[in-house]
This record gives sequence, structure tokens and C-alpha cells, in this order.
Amino acid sequence: MATRLPPVDVLIVGFGWTGAILGQELTDAGLNVLALERGAWRDTPIDFPPTFDQDELRYYWRHELFEPLAHETLTVRNNVSETALPMRRLGSFLPGINVGGAGVHWNGQTWRFLPSDFLARSHNQSRYGAKAIPPDMTIQDWGVTYDELEPHYDKFEYLCGISGKAGNLQGAIQPGGNPFEGPRRREYPNPPLAMSYPPTLFAEAARSLGHSPFPQPAANMSRPYVNPLGVQLGPCTYCGFCEKFGCGNYSKASAQTTILPVLMKKPNFTLRTESEVIKLNYDAAAKRVVSATYVDASGQEFEQPAEMVILAAYILHNVRLLLLSGIGQPYDPQSGQGVIGKNYAYQITSSVNVFFDDKVLNPFIGAGAHGMVVDKYNGDNFDHSGLGFIGGGYIGNIQTGARPIETHPTPEGTPKWGSAWKKAVAANYLKSMSIATHGAVMSHRGNYLDLDPTYRDVYGRPLLRMTFDFTDNEHRMSDYITDRAAEIARAMNPREIKVNYRKGSWDVVPYQTTHNTGGAIMGKDPKSSAINRYLQSWDAHNLFVMGSTAFPQNPGYNPTGTVAALAYFSADAIKNQYLKSPGFLVHA
Amino acid sequence: MAKRKLSRRRLLAAAAGLPLAGAASAQVIRGDMPWREGEADAPTPVQGGGYKFFNPAEAACIEAVVARLIPRDELGPGAVEAGVPIFIDRQLIGEFGRGARWYMQGPWGSGEKTQGYQTRLTPAAVYRAALKSIDDLVGREGKAATFAKLGPADQDDFLHRLEKGQVQLSGVETKTFFDMLLQNTMEGFWSDPIYGGNRDMVGWKLIGFPGARYDNRPFVTQYGKPYPLPPVGLMGRPAWSRS
Ligand SMILES: Cc1cc2nc3c(=O)[nH]c(=O)nc-3n(C[C@H](O)[C@H](O)[C@H](O)COP(=O)(O)OP(=O)(O)OC[C@H]3O[C@@H](n4cnc5c(N)ncnc54)[C@H](O)[C@@H]3O)c2cc1C
Repeated sequence: MATRLPPVDVLIVGFGWTGAILGQELTDAGLNVLALERGAWRDTPIDFPPTFDQDELRYYWRHELFEPLAHETLTVRNNVSETALPMRRLGSFLPGINVGGAGVHWNGQTWRFLPSDFLARSHNQSRYGAKAIPPDMTIQDWGVTYDELEPHYDKFEYLCGISGKAGNLQGAIQPGGNPFEGPRRREYPNPPLAMSYPPTLFAEAARSLGHSPFPQPAANMSRPYVNPLGVQLGPCTYCGFCEKFGCGNYSKASAQTTILPVLMKKPNFTLRTESEVIKLNYDAAAKRVVSATYVDASGQEFEQPAEMVILAAYILHNVRLLLLSGIGQPYDPQSGQGVIGKNYAYQITSSVNVFFDDKVLNPFIGAGAHGMVVDKYNGDNFDHSGLGFIGGGYIGNIQTGARPIETHPTPEGTPKWGSAWKKAVAANYLKSMSIATHGAVMSHRGNYLDLDPTYRDVYGRPLLRMTFDFTDNEHRMSDYITDRAAEIARAMNPREIKVNYRKGSWDVVPYQTTHNTGGAIMGKDPKSSAINRYLQSWDAHNLFVMGSTAFPQNPGYNPTGTVAALAYFSADAIKNQYLKSPGFLVHA
Repeated sequence: MAKRKLSRRRLLAAAAGLPLAGAASAQVIRGDMPWREGEADAPTPVQGGGYKFFNPAEAACIEAVVARLIPRDELGPGAVEAGVPIFIDRQLIGEFGRGARWYMQGPWGSGEKTQGYQTRLTPAAVYRAALKSIDDLVGREGKAATFAKLGPADQDDFLHRLEKGQVQLSGVETKTFFDMLLQNTMEGFWSDPIYGGNRDMVGWKLIGFPGARYDNRPFVTQYGKPYPLPPVGLMGRPAWSRS
């Protein structure tokens, strides 16, 4: 039997990026907030100090900062005709665990989506005609616009101290920035990072082809920074252990380095770690969540009542908890009815290796978001007429630090071991770099999340089941932008290049990105979406669902800038509307 | 440190369905960022020589195998000189060898390639079965009693056939083993020396990787210039300690 605990005003499920943002905002509103995090407390001096942070084996290959799948995983398949099997080892994506969530080991590539990204269906339809969107492509408009999110993007960028160069200041295009971005109210809080040799070569070549390369907006500090909460970050040292690692130097924005020093001191905030929520208890008649059931480290069950629940457990866990709790109608790919699990999407990536004979590049100098980017082929920044696809992606050289177990590129035709391999690795390591493409994935009728009929977690509950594959739209788009990346690579006049298209079905084995999206998408009505524009559940007015869970499809950028902007937009609506009169903020 | 280690172990113990008697309940954190001196969760360096997982026959086999994957040649030391066999040995007696973080519940199916690792064997069991099977197969082919006794050209030929799936191991899927072996060999060649491989940082020196360097600011814009500092590991570099 679960022990019933005294009620709180707000219960936050999961304490990563979005949990910390909502904790900070709602305690500011005077509410009593409790966060439950399934993992342990985690912070720089104990878990990844500079004395032992630079450890490729421990943190990346042995997955020490990531979700242990023995505890919980999901099952995967490419389509409904296959039997889903469990992801037994981590690969394609790396969900986080412990305080700070995946925000501890993210890269910090911090983007805004394009204004037209928020109008994916209506914009493409009006520019290219109804036929441009195939019947099984289930893309939707978001129900929120870029202009509405702009102040909230700005707030996150200043919280984090993003290093970058504006490309559009209140409508005026700025040299050196991204000319395609939506208008921003002011400059980035910090100037761009210093650029090492590879991004400089990439940018020169891109410019020679008429592109406008600009610095990747980075949550890595280009100089010391004190954020609006008074929390201090140090300058990045380009050590190259950033992506997939915690930062030992307080130089990468995370919950720990931007919010927690303030939030943890507040008398109206409590965090319980090693407390895993296994169910939200739902009163369907009252359209409310009344409490959450959680299990602590000793296996004891507790019931925690709350006036309001914030689901902030990362998209995969958010969707699974909704399904396990019976909140909202599960999506059925046959009929297209239902909303929970609908429109799961991902990211499609590819790369081009560039090998020089004459240039020492020192590729190990880097940071998670250290590089130069071209945005010409993202979203609808280019004319898609006759191309046979919609959407796009960015092309860039991001030097994240060439840690050698992961990065030891060899030219086409090199054997995988032996003396010839060794020779090729030794000859090319310091003199090669890679251009990456990072593309959108449109939502599709057959790509969705539900509960697995066979496999169980440690508590005996069904695992989440992911049914996903790239469609023709993604492959055509990705091949197209990969060819553009190869053009830039050739313009660098290297000895040779190797073009790595993303071929075939989505494969759970190689790491791609931790940019899973959808499954409880936002939208304008309860028939087509699970949550409204304020991230409020259509089925429970006191439940707000954070994260990329809300994305109706996945644009060609990294998600967290938008995840955070939506979180602030939602927090504003909770503070300024919901608290005054608790109930549905949008009437169906 | 004790507290932190316990947390991690607890999660894994819970996952394995072990009893959790005596484990503390949830941590309630209020009023500040919790921190106590001496809690840093530093890695434990590999100590002492000699094999703890491999028996003598397996040790001879793995040494001979990795010596072909990364040979000692005119460019310098190879996998054996770097300590890769000891690295793999220590990995196999630890968390990795048990597949402690992996989802290891049935039912077991083979599925599509895109669905990834689906064998019920832990890495320790994979190596145990594969090394024995390699020696059995070599013995049956008749050129030598064991893999280690083959000449280098025959060893390479056998490994090529293994890589291409032209010989089939028994008790373990050939590709599962080969992929794991190659990955673990790279890990042993390039991970920090505290894990028993990459001895004297030979893997890093081969390619010019400076290791656990903390501050690269002076070198970011030194375009085209060789990096001036020698590699350093988490325990420093040999020149730091005088013997
Ligand atoms: C290697 C890597 C690189 C990345 N790089 C970038 C990048 O450059 N740019 C970018 O935009 N994004 C990047 N991301 C993605 C980014 O980390 C996520 O978008 C972001 O952290 C999501 O925030 P969140 O709050 O939704 O989830 P998280 O930050 O992951 O937090 C979720 C928390 O909920 C907890 N939790 C889960 N289930 C439960 C439960 N049942 N009960 C209690 N607690 C629970 C988890 O343990 C976790 O701590 C990267 C991710 C990874 C892994």
C-alpha cells in the first residue's frame, strides 16, 4: 500500500532542464513546489570535476551519465509488420537520468525555430499547393507563433548566456549572423566563441560558394558571465569533453550551472531524488490529476497529492506515463484516431569527412557547440519547387573535440584493422574534419509511440514501444542537403572527401541525436492534439506536459531552445491565467 | 563517495531484481545545494598485473588476436604493447562484463539488424564462448593447434573470414563477437591509461591526441601549428613522477 503524503501546490515529475525551469518560475509565483527525480543528486564537484571529467571510456562508452537500460528501456521497430524488440544497449539516442537530466551532457547548440516552422502545414500548403503534403504526412501547425515565443527564447538565451551573433535584430539583417532567422529583440548575451581552424576553413569555403556562414549559437561561454538570476559561469576552455560529458568548468549552461544554485535555496522548494513516478492518478470525471504514485530507492510506494502536476520527465517518459495513467486517448495508426503517441519524430543526420594532406587541424580542440553553420537549406529558406520534399536542415562544421575512440576517421576503402588501418588513422587524425548535416523529420501516420505488449520494466509495467522509420521525404531531403555539404567540402580543396549519406531504415545502433519529439503534441483542438498551446492537457486541466513531447513534427534544428521557450510560455500562462481561475485555458 | 556509489549500485541492484534490504529511502533535498567534502566519485585505476578473467588459453588467444588487429609495426607499439588484453580482462570482470546497465530480460528474438544487440549473453559470456570456439575452429582446420600458434598471415586470414562471417563460431553469433572485440580493442588502445590499456599513452602518441588536457584556450586560433604539449592522463604523465 502506498503511504499517502501531505499535498503540495505543484508536483514536478522529473528534474532536468524543463523541471528546473518550471520549478524556478512557479516558486517565484509563491507556490509550494515539490520535484520528484528518479535519479540521484548530481553536481560538478562530485560527479564531473576537471580532475577526472575528461574520461571518454567512463562517460561516453560506459554510459555513466545516461539512463541505465536495465532499469527501463523501450522497444523499437521500423514498422507495424515487425515485432518490436528491446533497445538492450544505448545507441541512437542517450536519455538522461539524475538531477539535470540530459541537460548535463548536452552539446549546448541552442537554436530558435524559423517562423515558418510553426506553420508547417499551412505555410507549405500555401506556397507549394496541397499536393506538396502527401496524405500520410501528418504534419500540423503548432498553435503558437514565433512572435509569441520570441520573448521566451530571449529569456532562455540570457539565462544560459548563449554565445552567438544575431542575424536579424528587429527586422534588420546583421552581417555575420544567420540571415534566415526570425527577428530577435536584442543581441545574444555573449559574443561568439573563438573559432579554431576547421570551422574557419569551412566558413571560407561556404562564403566562396555564396553562403552566409555564422557561428553556431552556443551554451558554451565565450567569456565569464553572470546570468539574470545572479549565477556565474566561467569561460569555456575548449577541452573537447562537452558533448556527452558534464562540464567540469561551469562553462556549459545546464540546470546546475544556471538555476539550481538559486532554486535549491528557496524555502518553498523541495527536491526528492531517487523517487520514480510510476503513475499519475487521474480523475476522469473531474478532468484532473489528483496525485502521483512514486517508488523510492527502498522500493516503498508513496502517493503524493498535488493541486497541479508538471510532467517534465523527457519526451519518452512523458508519453509513457500518460499511456500508463490512462490520460488521453491512445493513438491508433490504422484509423488515425487518438492522440497519445501520435506524430513521434526524430532527426535525420549525415556527414562528409574532409581529409587534408597539408593542414594540421588539431581536431581535439573543441566544445559542444563550437563551429560554423550554413542555414540556407533549412526549413523553407530555399525554394522546394520540384524537389519532391519539404523541410530541410543546417550544414555545419561543429568541432566537438575528436575523442579518439569515437573519432578516428579513415578514407574510403581503408580496412577496419591491421597495419594499413593503423597507418591511415595515424596519417589522418590531425588533418581531417567533418561537415555535418542536421535535418528535419516530418511526422508520418505510421510513426508513433504506444505500450509494448510483451516487454516489461523492473516493476513489471509495459515498456514504451517506438515504431519509426525515415520516409521518402526525409531521405530525399537529407540526400539533397548532403550533396550541398559535399559541395562545400570540395570547395575546401582537400586531398579527398568521403560522403556518408543516411541510407536505409532508421537503425537503433549508431548514435545519431537525442532529439526525440512528439507523442503528446500541441495543437488547436483535442481531436488532433494532446495538449493545447499552453502545454495544458486537453484531458486534465491541472496537468502541463513539458518537453519536445509537444512538437507536432521535428524541424531541422536542435530542440532545446524551443523546448525551453515553450516551458517559459507555459509557465507564464500558469502564473498569469491559470492560478487566477484554475480550469482549461482554451475551450474545446 | 560512499553515498554516491551506493546510489548508483542501488539502481543497478534494483534493476537486477535483487533485494534492497537496508537501502535508505529517497533523499529529501531542501535549502541548499548538498555537498560534502570527499564525495567526489573518482574512477578506480586498474591495479596489478596478471589476468583475472582470462584463463591461460584464453589469454594466449586474445593476445594473439589483438596483436593482429593493431599490430606492432614501423609506426610503433600495437595493442599488446599498449596493454589492451589487460584492459579487456578488467572490463570483463567489471560492470561492463556483466552487462549491468543493459536490458537483459527476455523473451529473446533476433529481429532486424536495425533493432540492435539481441543476444542473451553478457560480454563476459561472449568472450568465453568465442575464444574457445576460435581455438577449436583453428584446431579443426589443422594448420596449428590454436590461433596463437598460427603464423601472422594465417592469423590475418582467419580474422578476415571471421569479420566477413565466413567462419561461424559456436555458442555466440560471429558478428556480435567481432564487433565487440574490435570496439573493445579500440577502447583499450585509446582510453585513459588508468583502465590498463593505452600504456605510456602509446595510442594517443600515435595520432597526436593530447589526452586529458584541461585548457586549450591558448591554442584555439593557432591555425595550422602543431599542438605543443605532450599528452597527459588523468593521473598525470610519466614525467610528473620521479622514481
Ligand atoms: C548527448 C546529447 C547531446 C545533446 N545536445 C543538444 C544540443 O546541442 N542542443 C539541443 O538543443 N539539445 C541537445 N540535446 C537534447 C537536450 O538534452 C534535451 O532536449 C533536454 O535535456 C530535454 O529537457 P527535458 O526537461 O525534457 O528532459 P531532461 O533534461 O532529460 O530531464 C528529464 C528528467 O526526468 C527524469 N525522469 C524521467 N522519468 C521519470 C520518472 N518516471 N519519475 C521521476 N523522474 C523521471 C529523468 O531522470 C531526467 O532527470 C542533447 C542530448 C544529449 C543526450
